[in-house]
Amino acid sequence: MSDYNMSHLDELEAEGIYVLREVAAQFERPAILFSGGKDSICVTHLAKKAFAPARIPMPLVHIDTGHNFPETIQFRDDLVESLGVQLIVGSVQDLIDRGEVAEETGFNASRNKIQTPTLISTIEAHQFDACVGGARRDEEKARAKERFFSHRDDFSQWDPKNQRPELWDLYNGKHQPGEHFRVFPLNNWTELDIWNYILRENIAIPSLYFAHERRVIRRAGQILAHSDYLNLRPDEQPESLQIRFRTLGDLTITGAVESDADTLEKIVAEVAAARKTERGGRMDDKRSQSAMEDRKKEGYF
Amino acid sequence: MAQGLLRFITAGSVDDGKSTLIGRLLYDSKTIFEDQLVSIEEASAQRGTDGADLSLLTDGLRAEREQGITIDVAYRYFATPKRKFIIADAPGHIQYTRNMVTGASTADLAIILVDARAGLLEQTYRHSFITHLLGIKHMVVCVNKMDLVDWSEGRYNEIVEEFRDFSSRLDVPDIRFIPISALKGDNVVDASDKMPWYEGPTLLHDLEHVHVAADRNLQDCRFPVQYVIRPQTDAHRDFRGYAGRVAGGVFKVGDEVLALPSGISSQVTSISIGEKSVDKAFPPQSVVMTLANDIDLSRGDMLVRENNQPESAQDLDVRICWLSDQPMRPGARFELRHTSREVKAVVKEVVYKLDINTLHRMEDDLSIGMNDIARVRIRTAAPVLVDDYRRNRATGSFILVDPTTRLTVAAGVVYT
Ligand SMILES: Nc1nc2c(ncn2[C@@H]2O[C@H](COP(=O)(O)OP(=O)(O)O)[C@@H](O)[C@H]2O)c(=O)[nH]1
Repeated sequence: MSDYNMSHLDELEAEGIYVLREVAAQFERPAILFSGGKDSICVTHLAKKAFAPARIPMPLVHIDTGHNFPETIQFRDDLVESLGVQLIVGSVQDLIDRGEVAEETGFNASRNKIQTPTLISTIEAHQFDACVGGARRDEEKARAKERFFSHRDDFSQWDPKNQRPELWDLYNGKHQPGEHFRVFPLNNWTELDIWNYILRENIAIPSLYFAHERRVIRRAGQILAHSDYLNLRPDEQPESLQIRFRTLGDLTITGAVESDADTLEKIVAEVAAARKTERGGRMDDKRSQSAMEDRKKEGYF
Repeated sequence: MAQGLLRFITAGSVDDGKSTLIGRLLYDSKTIFEDQLVSIEEASAQRGTDGADLSLLTDGLRAEREQGITIDVAYRYFATPKRKFIIADAPGHIQYTRNMVTGASTADLAIILVDARAGLLEQTYRHSFITHLLGIKHMVVCVNKMDLVDWSEGRYNEIVEEFRDFSSRLDVPDIRFIPISALKGDNVVDASDKMPWYEGPTLLHDLEHVHVAADRNLQDCRFPVQYVIRPQTDAHRDFRGYAGRVAGGVFKVGDEVLALPSGISSQVTSISIGEKSVDKAFPPQSVVMTLANDIDLSRGDMLVRENNQPESAQDLDVRICWLSDQPMRPGARFELRHTSREVKAVVKEVVYKLDINTLHRMEDDLSIGMNDIARVRIRTAAPVLVDDYRRNRATGSFILVDPTTRLTVAAGVVYT
């Protein structure tokens, strides 16, 4: 009997692969939303496994805020090349230049909010009917009820009160013209699962996740990378610290943690012992308790 | 041994202590993070509660925060060195029966909460019945709030007796009972010193040790083809692989297999997960198989063994749970999704509707609305390859999709 036991990582992997194949089978124009963060790297790794020895049968879509860590862009380009998949970039800067969105100003200015219209305009331009993302249910309260196939109306809105029932692994991707789905193969993973899986599969990740020395500033209990995009207050002084990032997003809002974890093994040990949830380091969620839910309803990924 | 996975559901009506119990499991297993704890302490203080109200941990969307009740299935995660756990946290009210059915569909085990003061209630019967209907093999009945009945062994035994009487009518092979106090933590993670008369394990101990791998069907080989992989690259010009999730049995390289519905035989020449070759595949693995000869096989077809085939049926005797807020229209047509196959279907007859509190069959009122559970007969436009749900959850379940709204309107299980 014990021959047929699976470890929880094997089971999560099998589930993720199954979901990705459902996407390829049920949709005409699916895409993978690739942020350059570890979760979307994991999704991409699962997709590679799901369709081997063929190439991943959908493009990677990157919503580029223009405020990226250079490492992220380099990593993205190398990965796309090694996989032989198409890369589609939706540029926040383009939307700003065309006057379709206005940039926030002030000390806490971030382009995070205007990622959403950029994503929606990219979805419309390419008529994607499914966008696969790396979000997980354990990340945030509002996500605990998220489906694997999450329906979006033709304004890309999520209606948490009226989600489609999802039973067994029978996913219903049928939709009206103009509507689409967000699909989350990693729904059942936790941050620790992701790291254990990266370690087990030896998946390459951007160097930013590993402890390194960086010029940073401290703001509202957070450590933010010092960069040209960050507006400093008069009393703020950049300092050098040994840090690493637990999530990678827009440069201006991604909080770092002080850490010596410079190998995957050390990161896993650190995460296992961690006492702060990973989104706890992101300024955008701090704005209000329902911040995530509000952005999700608008079509945030 | 590697850490395994257990999916379980907790259902309870308002105030049974479900949120407190889940909060307790997360808290005592050290899954709660510092910033979450601070955030629920702040929220508790705002509501005028002393200390951290653990039940606030599991409360999700804003509307529910305002109303203070759970209305959809929420998923929670925690892990111990032995296992990783996925909790489907489902509301227990009768008007949320469909949510409990949803949560139960993927669960290996159900926790049924009983308030020790109130004893068995309608909802206890309803939750137990849904557990049985959805084919969950393990049930843990937690008699909660033992602190409020003076930790009384007599009261506990009364409830256990009564439940045993009732549950003999259910097809749930493994039923356990534990006296607990979710609020104080007794017998949840740590053994209670208030109830020395109870010698059984704690709830967490049961969750860590219950054996569920054997619940998977390893006898009847079933491989629904999900997707056909044809690389059409120079390196793999002639490769044709069948991707899917094993729904039953064990497939080995070299096995003779039969493709359905075509009835053509072939042999498994390779099995792989990603780029890695393996020599066998079993549920719920996602694999790619190649076959010795080029046969016509596509999504919706199934690989099985010649001497062990599913039933190929167009007339199905099923139990459904109606999920939509629009009532079922007599004679309405649906798209039926079963494994990776989709066929048109029509509900021919409603045999009876169940009163899920009393389990009485209602044969005079056959109108089907949201949350109703009914036995119906369905006719499909083409054969589907089904097994009895009690034997195989993957090949015995289906959903009905409304062809106009495209919404999932019903969930069903096949009895053959
Ligand atoms: N005394 C006592 N109270 C409990 C226990 N479990 C839950 N409660 C209380 O019962 C009430 C309802 O609990 P809650 O977890 O919110 O119930 P839910 O509606 O089922 O999620 C709360 O006031 C809890 O503090 C218990 O074991 N003992």
